[in-house]
Amino acid sequence: GRRAVPAVGHAVLAINGAEVNGRFTADGKDVLEFLGNPANYPVSIRFGRHRLSSNEKLMLASMFHSLFAIGSQLSPEVGSSGIEMLETDTFKLHCFQTLTGIKFMVLADPRQTGIDALLRKIYEIYSDFALKNPFYSLEMPIRCELFDQNLKLALEVAEKAGPFGPGS
Amino acid sequence: MSRSPGRKQENHKISRELFVLTYGALVAQLCKEYEKDEDVNACLDRMGYSVGIRLIDDFLARSAVRKCRSYSETADMIAQVAFKMYLGVTPSVSCNSVTGNEFSLILDKNPLVDFVEELPAERASLCYCNLLCGVIRGALEMVHLAAEVSFLQDRLKGDAVTEIGITFLRKPEDRRHRR
Repeated sequence: GRRAVPAVGHAVLAINGAEVNGRFTADGKDVLEFLGNPANYPVSIRFGRHRLSSNEKLMLASMFHSLFAIGSQLSPEVGSSGIEMLETDTFKLHCFQTLTGIKFMVLADPRQTGIDALLRKIYEIYSDFALKNPFYSLEMPIRCELFDQNLKLALEVAEKAGPFGPGS
Repeated sequence: MSRSPGRKQENHKISRELFVLTYGALVAQLCKEYEKDEDVNACLDRMGYSVGIRLIDDFLARSAVRKCRSYSETADMIAQVAFKMYLGVTPSVSCNSVTGNEFSLILDKNPLVDFVEELPAERASLCYCNLLCGVIRGALEMVHLAAEVSFLQDRLKGDAVTEIGITFLRKPEDRRHRR
């Protein structure tokens, strides 16, 4: 493999190209059993971070919501906004709060530009394809096909416009 | 009803006649379902409210306006930007009270009633355009401004002008940690 030891927080995502779900492969084989049998070698294992579940995302978002509020209270400047940007080595988190209190958050490569415009574009997409859908209830998760499609398009446009091509 | 040029969408103009007819059909249907004018008015207000709570984000996303710093700025914003954007008219604004929280929008032209002359005798208390009051109320609520909105005068009822009254109910508190 490329690394001697899997990174912290990483789990087995796939074996020999087939995706793994927890302890079992798609066709019901126990992963540890399979890996323990030398007859199956050589074997290629893909490690990585699990994608966050919806619940995990909600939890993290509500934590950020509180941090955002604390940020504006901690600020020595009167009338300060909440956290608009959080920068780390590997990513930048951008947050835009509307006057109605909705927060849009984008996690991007630290070198990616044009995120402000992207956030405002996402606000437009939300006000069109979520709010104008009469079957969408406010404050609920957005499960609107048109919203997803247009969001994907906007992300693709933003990626291409950045200093690095798609996939950055 | 076309979109501003900043949007990457085609300009979809919908006929004003269709909109006015649809609104009229809505009111007529409500009049069939409710005997009392107050009930029709309340229903229109509720419908308007559910429009307003969604319309506000469309307004903010498209107009990209800054936060208003006073009730007076807010009333001006409603009359000069929002009414212009959605109904193509610009009511004039006046402040009604020394406390600075009561305002009036005087509508010179109102596209909703272009084809309505006066109310029938049996519907004398009907606020034909009450949907607008609900829209304003709902929109203001989503930017954390509680207000009472109603028709103070109505040309359809024989008054000289059509006047919408907006009464802001609380001082704007510190909004830093809302929602």
